[in-house]
Amino acid sequence: MSAVGVTGSPRVAQATRNIQIRAFAALCGRDLWVTVRHELGSFLAQALLQPIFLLFVFGRVLPEIGAARPGYGTQLLPGVMALTLVLTALQNTALPLVIEFSFTKEIEDRLLAPLPVAAVALQKILIAALRGVLAGLLILPLAALILPGGIHIHGPDWAVLIPIFFFGSLAAGAMGLVLGTAVPPNRISVAFAVVLTPLIFTGCTFYPWISLHQLRWFQVFTLINPLTYVSEGLRAALTNLPHLAGGWIALGLTVALVVFGTLGTRLFIRRAVD
Amino acid sequence: MSSRGTVAVVRVEDLHKRYQADGPEAVAGIDFEVREGEIFGLLGPNGAGKTTTIGTITTRVRPTSGRVLVDGVDVGEDPVSAKLRIASVPQLSNLDRALTALENLTFHASYFGAPRRERRERARELLGRFGLGGRENDHVNNYSGGMAQRLMIARALMHQPRLLILDEPTTGLDPQSRLFLWDTMVDLRERGTTLILTTHDMIEADRLCDRIAIIDGGKIIALDTPTRLRRLLPAEHGVEVTVAANADPSPAFTAVSGTERTEARPAGDGRWRVRLYGEDDGRNGGLPEQALSAAQSGGLELIELKRLEGSLEDVFVHLTGRELRGADGARVSGRWS
Ligand SMILES: Nc1ncnc2c1ncn2[C@@H]1O[C@H](COP(=O)(O)OP(=O)(O)OP(=O)(O)O)[C@@H](O)[C@H]1O
Ligand SMILES: [Mg+2]
Repeated sequence: MSAVGVTGSPRVAQATRNIQIRAFAALCGRDLWVTVRHELGSFLAQALLQPIFLLFVFGRVLPEIGAARPGYGTQLLPGVMALTLVLTALQNTALPLVIEFSFTKEIEDRLLAPLPVAAVALQKILIAALRGVLAGLLILPLAALILPGGIHIHGPDWAVLIPIFFFGSLAAGAMGLVLGTAVPPNRISVAFAVVLTPLIFTGCTFYPWISLHQLRWFQVFTLINPLTYVSEGLRAALTNLPHLAGGWIALGLTVALVVFGTLGTRLFIRRAVD
Repeated sequence: MSSRGTVAVVRVEDLHKRYQADGPEAVAGIDFEVREGEIFGLLGPNGAGKTTTIGTITTRVRPTSGRVLVDGVDVGEDPVSAKLRIASVPQLSNLDRALTALENLTFHASYFGAPRRERRERARELLGRFGLGGRENDHVNNYSGGMAQRLMIARALMHQPRLLILDEPTTGLDPQSRLFLWDTMVDLRERGTTLILTTHDMIEADRLCDRIAIIDGGKIIALDTPTRLRRLLPAEHGVEVTVAANADPSPAFTAVSGTERTEARPAGDGRWRVRLYGEDDGRNGGLPEQALSAAQSGGLELIELKRLEGSLEDVFVHLTGRELRGADGARVSGRWS
């Protein structure tokens, strides 16, 4: 009955590992269920409304009234995709965390599941990243519908596209973890405005990084923004435009993932355990 | 490791908790043991440190010093093993608002590895037992406070825990649900589950708990069975007589032998309540008999006569004082100025 002194044996260690893996999978199952059964509409609206209007205004309206070159839309596509991927992953970690940690305390039930607290944070990032990937992929059919003449992409270069989606969405999820755990709930709307606005506009979404060489200080500044590496990565995967070198993209994403992942997990544990 | 031949399911050793480095101690050195198959009560005024103590057992609060063992496993070193054994009903609702009531139960069980079929069946059974049958597909936002409370208790029973911790579980429940919960707790104990319970309801504590720790200011000030705790009360035995009277009727009772102290208070409605304290030595028919005849010979109409026994509430107030507790656990005056 009592389990005193058995923690050391390898069989028990294996069993404990299985329990934790099952709990992790069950937490993911809960989030996927909620996404599909209870939040599909709101998830899609939150993720896709902004890119739909971006594609429509910048890719269709501006060229039509002569305010932008025809074909600007196609050039814009990797940026819009990157923006959607990053914002969706970030918001889908940060917003639920803020709510679940604050007045509803509903995260408690999951913190008491038989797995380490850090694994609950990891699981949050994973699901948010998945939502980000889904939203990012949905940009393709949307762009095909909205842009005049559909989409014209080179490739896609899957060997670049897949790792960018994978690591980009995880890094964004980790940023969301930091935001969702560092900011008190009553400040979250202000924090979102203060963080998201610069993130959106300095992330090389609306302009290729290379073309910024005339504005050197700003070009350097954009390198702080993890979104820059996702935008440039997708530019590399989907167009033949010049872009930031692959090594820099890999480095930028790795640094973002490690820094925000570590910091976010720390903050999460601090919030989870008094 | 065990005491008196019984297994300690929970062992709390010299527990201290300070939430802020420069703040006061919410728990200031607590030691106790919860034995297998008992209902262990934690009583104490608001802010005494009950929820904090419980938090250290459920892994939600990290002790500043000291340690907690669940089934001999140090909670701080191996929180996963502890969480596997424990279910907890928190003081405030923490139901999953994205889910329906049924899903709250089934997903909770899935975190603990229950197979799909089993968790659906068990969830339906528990929802039925807790009177939530027709409302299982409601979102929990639409639940009333008491229904949410019942659902949280049902959720805690989903993974058949070895140790069930309930933080003020009957607060907000209607009398039927409260009685039902009491039965459930006794039933669980009979089947070998160990329970820790905090409550402000002394009747509940008296009736259910095998042993009770009274906590005040982060320290245990008494720990014993309810019966032995009641004996801590100095001379609170005697009888209470309620009579119809317009003025203090206590002179009529001066002849009652064995009375050490008399207390009379108006009870409104032209009634007075007289308390005669003293050990009943059985002389002259005993205190009740004597009080009865004293009332008759004084020409007083008897409304009610009852034996006084120190209640757990009296013990509690005796040990912790009458003052309200401020935010920092300090006593504040409860009077209007
Ligand atoms: N998360 C927290 N951060 C800071 N202080 C806290 C926290 N939780 C509790 N405290 C403080 O610790 C002390 C003990 O609180 P606790 O919640 O353990 O009391 P309690 O005995 O459960 O009271 P109640 O009967 O009101 O539920 C209180 O002074 C409280 O203000
Ligand atoms: Mg409490």
